[in-house]
This record gives sequence, structure tokens and C-alpha cells, in this order.
Amino acid sequence: MKVRYNNMYNMIYFDNVSKAYPGDELALQDVSLSVESGEFVSVVGHSGAGKTTLIRLILAEVAPTNGQVFFESQDVQEMKSTDVSALRRRIGTVFQDFKLLTGKTVYENIAFAMEVAGRSDEEIDSDVPHVLNLVNMTDKRNRFPRELSGGEKQRLAIARAIVNQPDVVIADEPTGNLDPEATYEIIQILEKINDLGTTVILTTHSQGVVDSLKKRVVRLEDGRIISDTKEK
Amino acid sequence: MSLAIDFKRIIRAGFINFMRNPVVSLVSVLIMTVTLFIMSSLILLNALLSFSLAQVSERVDINVYFYPDATELDTFSLRDDLQLLPEVAAVDYISREDAIESFRERHADDYLTLQALDELNDNPLGASLNIQADETEQYASIVQYLETSSARLSIEKINYNQNKGIIDRLNDIMSTVQRLGLIVTLFFVLISILITFNTIRLAIYGAREEIAVMRLVGADNKYIRGPFMVEGILYGVSATVLTVIALIPITLWFSNFAETFFGGIDIFAYYITNLPQIIVILLVSGMLLGIISSFFSTRRYLRK
Repeated sequence: MKVRYNNMYNMIYFDNVSKAYPGDELALQDVSLSVESGEFVSVVGHSGAGKTTLIRLILAEVAPTNGQVFFESQDVQEMKSTDVSALRRRIGTVFQDFKLLTGKTVYENIAFAMEVAGRSDEEIDSDVPHVLNLVNMTDKRNRFPRELSGGEKQRLAIARAIVNQPDVVIADEPTGNLDPEATYEIIQILEKINDLGTTVILTTHSQGVVDSLKKRVVRLEDGRIISDTKEK
Repeated sequence: MSLAIDFKRIIRAGFINFMRNPVVSLVSVLIMTVTLFIMSSLILLNALLSFSLAQVSERVDINVYFYPDATELDTFSLRDDLQLLPEVAAVDYISREDAIESFRERHADDYLTLQALDELNDNPLGASLNIQADETEQYASIVQYLETSSARLSIEKINYNQNKGIIDRLNDIMSTVQRLGLIVTLFFVLISILITFNTIRLAIYGAREEIAVMRLVGADNKYIRGPFMVEGILYGVSATVLTVIALIPITLWFSNFAETFFGGIDIFAYYITNLPQIIVILLVSGMLLGIISSFFSTRRYLRK
């Protein structure tokens, strides 16, 4: 695992971004936000507050209606299809519904992320067991996702998200479907990843999770940022 | 990263998907087998049709009857001239002696006719030439040649005009059969290709969530589309194997029936003799169908 030191810079920047889906009210309104490298930012808000839209904009899954989203000073909306693939390989993603490849085993799910990133077979052979060990899934390596519990699926999703040593890990409601014990485990792992130097953006609607973290919190309501602890 | 490694990973993923989704693979292979079976049936049917049409064409000929007093020199020189014509496939010379001999054989039971023949001191039959052309359309020009040849004064009769009606009708039938055959072939092939395409499209539709996840992980289009195309190739190869095996007993069974109905062709022997070409045609068609179907079916999920 690569360790980064404290050379912080603006990694993600939202410049006055609004997003409206067809036929809906504004999902995001005039959001300006910057995330520095190495930060751990929790984005908190109720369902429909705009958390997931924020994430989808970073991943270039949707385009902003107004404003721009930058990843390391590159406007993600201006990127070509191949650059978007490259961007997504620099971002590890973890979702509430896990988004695992159901036709592949635990090992293959992680190996696939490495394959598409152009890693060699030797690297895959050495790194996959390493991350499996990190998320305590070594004995489940040949299982299919349908054979795993919710917590295990999320640990697998995290393992896949971090195996390419991404610049950012984005976790969208990763604990939404988990019991308290599994939630605690996942948050612990995310903290560990951040300690190793990776930027982490976590969205959640759980105040308990945010309180336990004691990190920067951005609060969203009806598509607007109503508070950001960094600005205090 | 090297292309060889990409290639290896894509092929491996395609094989794994093919094996791990047995129901989807089985349905796709069976549908494609039906398509290839229709294609190969049409190849065999075309062979049967061509063979029987060729046979019918061979039975069409014209006879040139000479006067009994025509000299052998006249008949031989006309035969030699005819053999030089490019449209003439064969010329048989039937001498006066052969003609009377076969007449006697045909009327062996007809005592009165034979007795009347015996009472004639001379052989009343003239020599004749039996002419076969390469194509039935060419008889008209052969007759035209005969009518303007130097030997025309020795010719008593050309039976072309008697056969002309049959020849024209046969020409019409053959061109209609060929045209209809082409239309029916194209129709069936098109329908079966559409069904196969749709089956593969449905299979890929079932994997749309997997495709979305692959894109989220940052997979390039080749890593998403490639394995589906490999699966398409595997459908094609498996369907070819099934079709080729299924056709062995079917052609064997059909052989007896076809031989009496279409006259003389052993469809099983034809199938076995032409097996390498048939395999190549089916393999290429099946694999292309699989690749093209997968390519177009994944396209809509790969937009940015």
C-alpha cells in the first residue's frame, strides 16, 4: 500500500454547481465545495438531500445543469470517454447496494478492478490476497457475492475500491444496509484507509457515524450546503 | 499494458461467463443452432435442386435425322463440325444399322411390324445425330446452325420444334425455381438471424447491471464488450458443432427419400464430401453472427 504524506492540495472542486433531473426539483443548488487531498469528508443529509447526486457528478455519471466540477483542475464534464474511465480508476467507489459483479467470485471482483487498471498478473497475484487480508475476507475468496452477508459484501466493495491505491475513495451510504457491528467495522476500515493518505468522501444520513468520526462534516439539505465544519 | 495480456484476459472472461451462465448459453446456442441448421438445409436443398435440374436438362436433347440415302461422309462431317461448337456438350452418332437394330428391339413383341420390315429389302431408316447442349437456352442457336449448314440437304428432320415447347417451359421453370429459392433462402436466413440477434440482445440486457458496475470500476469498453464478443464466438462454434452432428443422421435418413424423389443424388454422400466447406461456412456465419450481435447489443450500454 502506498502511503501519502501531508502535501495537501485541492483535489475535488465544485464551482457553483446546480443539478436538475428532468421533471424534478433541483437536486443540487449552487453548491461550491472543495476537498483537499488526504481529507476525510463526511457529507450528511436526509434522503433526497443531494448526497448521491454529488457523488455522481464527481464520477461523471451525470452532468451539472450549471457550474463545473473539477478533479485535479480538470473539468470532468469536458473529459472524453476514455478519460472518464481513467478518472474512475483513480477513484475507489463503495455503494450502499454494493454494486459487485455477481457473476464473479470475491477474488475475481477485486482482480477485475486491477485488470482494467492495466496491472500485471504478478501484481494481481500479490495485491489481491493483501487487500483480502486487510478486510478480513481471505477465507471467502472463492465465494460469490450472493453467498456473502451484507457486511462481507461491503468489505469486499471496499477491498475492490482500494486495491488500485486510488487517490480518492468515495463511499455512498456504505453502512445504510448494515447492522451496528458491521457499520463500525466499515467505518474503522475507511479511517484506516484515510490514515494511509487516501482522501475519503463518505455520505451518510447517520448522525451516529459522523459523531464517531470527528472529521470534517458537510451538511446538505434540499440540495444546498447548510453547514461545513471546515469553515468554522 | 500489452495487447496480448488484454486479449488473454478478455478471452478468459468470455469463457468463464459462457460456463457460468449455462442456461443463457444453452438457449443462445440452441437458437443459433436453428439458424445454422436452416442455413445448411438450404445449402443441401440447393444442391438437390441444382442436381435434379441438371438431370432434367440432360434429358433434353435434339435429334437430327438424315435421309436414308445420305452418305456417311455428310453425317460424319456434320458431327465433327457440331463437336467444334462451344455450346455443344456431346454428339452421338447413330448409324442406320444401329437405328434398325434398336427399332427391332423396341418392337420385339410386335410380330406384324417386324414382318413388314422383313419384307422390305432395304433398311428404311436413316442415320441420326443426338445432340446435347451445355445449357437448354443454347438449342435454338444449334438448330439455327444446322439449318444453315452445308449438310442441310441430307437432313430429313430435326425434332427441335417438337421439343421446343418443353425446352422453353423447362427454362421458365428453372429460372423461377432458382429465383424463388433465392428469395426463400434470404427470407429464412434473415428471420433466423433476427431471432439470434434478439436472443443475444436479451442475454446482454440481463447483464446490464454488471455492465454498469464494470463501467463504475473504470473498465474500458474493450473489457466490457470483449468478453461478450468471445461468448458470441463460443455460441457460434458450439452451434456449428451441434448442427454438423445433427445433420449426419438427418442426411442419412433423408438420403433414401431424396434419391428416389430427386433422382440419383446421395445427399448423405454429398454432405460428407462437402463437409469441410460446410463447416467453414457455418463456423464463419455463426461466429460473425455472435460477434456482430454482441457488438451492437453492448453498444447502447457503453455510451459515456
